[in-house]
Amino acid sequence: MERKHFAIAGFAGLIVAIQLATRLTGTEYFLTQLTMTAYYSLVIVGLCMLIGYAGQISLGHAGFFAIGGYVSAFLTTFDLKSHHGAFISLMERSGALVSRQDIYGGTLLTVHPWIACAAAILLTVAVAYLVGGPVLKLKGHYLAMATLGIGIIVYRIVLGTEFLGASDGISEVPGFPLPGGLVITGDSSSRISNYYLAWGVVILGMVLLLNLIRSRVGRALAAVHGAEDAAGAMGIPTARYKLHTFVLSAVFASLAGVLLTHFNGGIGPSEAGVMKSVRYVAIVAIGGMANLWGALSMSLVLNYLSLRGYFGTYDDAVFGVILILIMMFAPDGLLRRHLLSDLKRLVSRTPAGEEAP
Amino acid sequence: MTLLSVRGVGKRFGGLQAVNDLSFDVATGSIKALIGPNGAGKTTIFNLISGFLHPDRGEIVFGGTAVHAMPSFQVAARGMVRTFQHIRLFPKMTVLENIMVGRHVHSRAGFLAGMLNLPFTWGEERRIKEKSFEIMDLLGIVPHAETEAISLAYGQQRVVEIGRALACEPKLLLLDEPAAGLNMRETKEMGALIARIRDMGVTVLLVEHDMSLVMKISDEVVVVSYGEKIAEDRPLAIQKNREVIRVYLGDDEC
Repeated sequence: MERKHFAIAGFAGLIVAIQLATRLTGTEYFLTQLTMTAYYSLVIVGLCMLIGYAGQISLGHAGFFAIGGYVSAFLTTFDLKSHHGAFISLMERSGALVSRQDIYGGTLLTVHPWIACAAAILLTVAVAYLVGGPVLKLKGHYLAMATLGIGIIVYRIVLGTEFLGASDGISEVPGFPLPGGLVITGDSSSRISNYYLAWGVVILGMVLLLNLIRSRVGRALAAVHGAEDAAGAMGIPTARYKLHTFVLSAVFASLAGVLLTHFNGGIGPSEAGVMKSVRYVAIVAIGGMANLWGALSMSLVLNYLSLRGYFGTYDDAVFGVILILIMMFAPDGLLRRHLLSDLKRLVSRTPAGEEAP
Repeated sequence: MTLLSVRGVGKRFGGLQAVNDLSFDVATGSIKALIGPNGAGKTTIFNLISGFLHPDRGEIVFGGTAVHAMPSFQVAARGMVRTFQHIRLFPKMTVLENIMVGRHVHSRAGFLAGMLNLPFTWGEERRIKEKSFEIMDLLGIVPHAETEAISLAYGQQRVVEIGRALACEPKLLLLDEPAAGLNMRETKEMGALIARIRDMGVTVLLVEHDMSLVMKISDEVVVVSYGEKIAEDRPLAIQKNREVIRVYLGDDEC
């Protein structure tokens, strides 16, 4: 077995251990936040691939998360019963629509969650390609600003659109059915299965990304990150590789949005907010940028603490502070070699003003 | 036979005519040197040929195809690979990994194949590694395979950069000041290496300041001054060319 496999097996073991711990201590309600943490972690690892390995920042990934969540939420809650037309009857006959009862006992005819998910991913891919093409020509601060703009646009659109629920968002989103009778849903009866489903998705995502890093494409991305002009001189289409990684990470964010929306039973505009994007970047940074395992473990801890409300009303401020501190004192992230010795040096050194620059 | 043909190429940066109506050919299997005083436009010419810049006028034909409008990665994929005046190795990557990147155009695993770790990529990865070791062996850098490339001594970094270019199996190798920063012994070794590369069947075009190196290994020399060609001849004839001497040493001395 390679090291990669050990790490994955170890992480899977940790997930099982956490579940067993909640069972033994009678705190199984923690699993709800831990499941949500898993979906946010999916965004984080995808973004880590973009920032750490392809060297491109995005402050707009909450936007892609929201595109996934909102498209899926809208399509699975919008009643088509009173709508008629060739397209709808064709969809109905091909099994793309499902009929279900709403909470008032009436029947709803909506798009099947799988079709909705596919539509959400497709729209995300289209948007990511469309904006990524021109935006990724920018570098550094300019790229950060432009992606920030994308996030803000998505946020203002969902906030201002009546049929997306405006400031209320969309609620009563049904569960997401999976083969074998499993359903992604927030029902407390299927808490444990959902916990494992969610982390299973994350582990699958990790396997895909770890494979990618070790492949020809991973090497090419490292080359683009390290010396873009030299990568071009080696025949690597640098712009295309950056764009594909951008789209890939957007798909991770979008899928996370879809699944978490079905798990929570709804989505609101705050999921598209700029502070969410900042939080994602902060977690990737504290994990060490080009360190998928670091990003994943930091996501597990910080998202969980945040969702359990440990940061109280200072939630967003905490992530802002984390980002500042990491950039100043540990730009390589927390989980790395030499951290202890670096900290010792930090403690023992002279006040900042007297230092040589 | 002509491998590379530069025809009437011009490039202007604002008010500066960096390259003006420049024409020369590089014959297949030869070593050609491009020399000139500082600021003569040699690196600009290199950037134009390798697709890092695009000429305002004229055309650049490589292996029968016009390449002057292509981006650099397409030029490289066609078999014209360059090194840089200031060494541009990939940081945080070993010597082996740096050279493996050079195999990019000769392999094909994409995003999906990489993520799914498809079986066809295993053999491909193995062949990339084999070929990379072959090249490191040729250059005598196998002992450094697992060393971070940018931690090597300067002269060795140059060799790694050339190895990375050779991994692309170029038809034409563009060397931008391969002897810059090297000591006399290293410069001599570099000259022998370039001659060996030519003997392997790779055509070489180099920009170089070290005249002893240029005169020793080149089959032909092009001299540029203020972006214009002032001479093109065999090394011995170039040494006696009055215009070249004037440009290099000034009017009064001769």
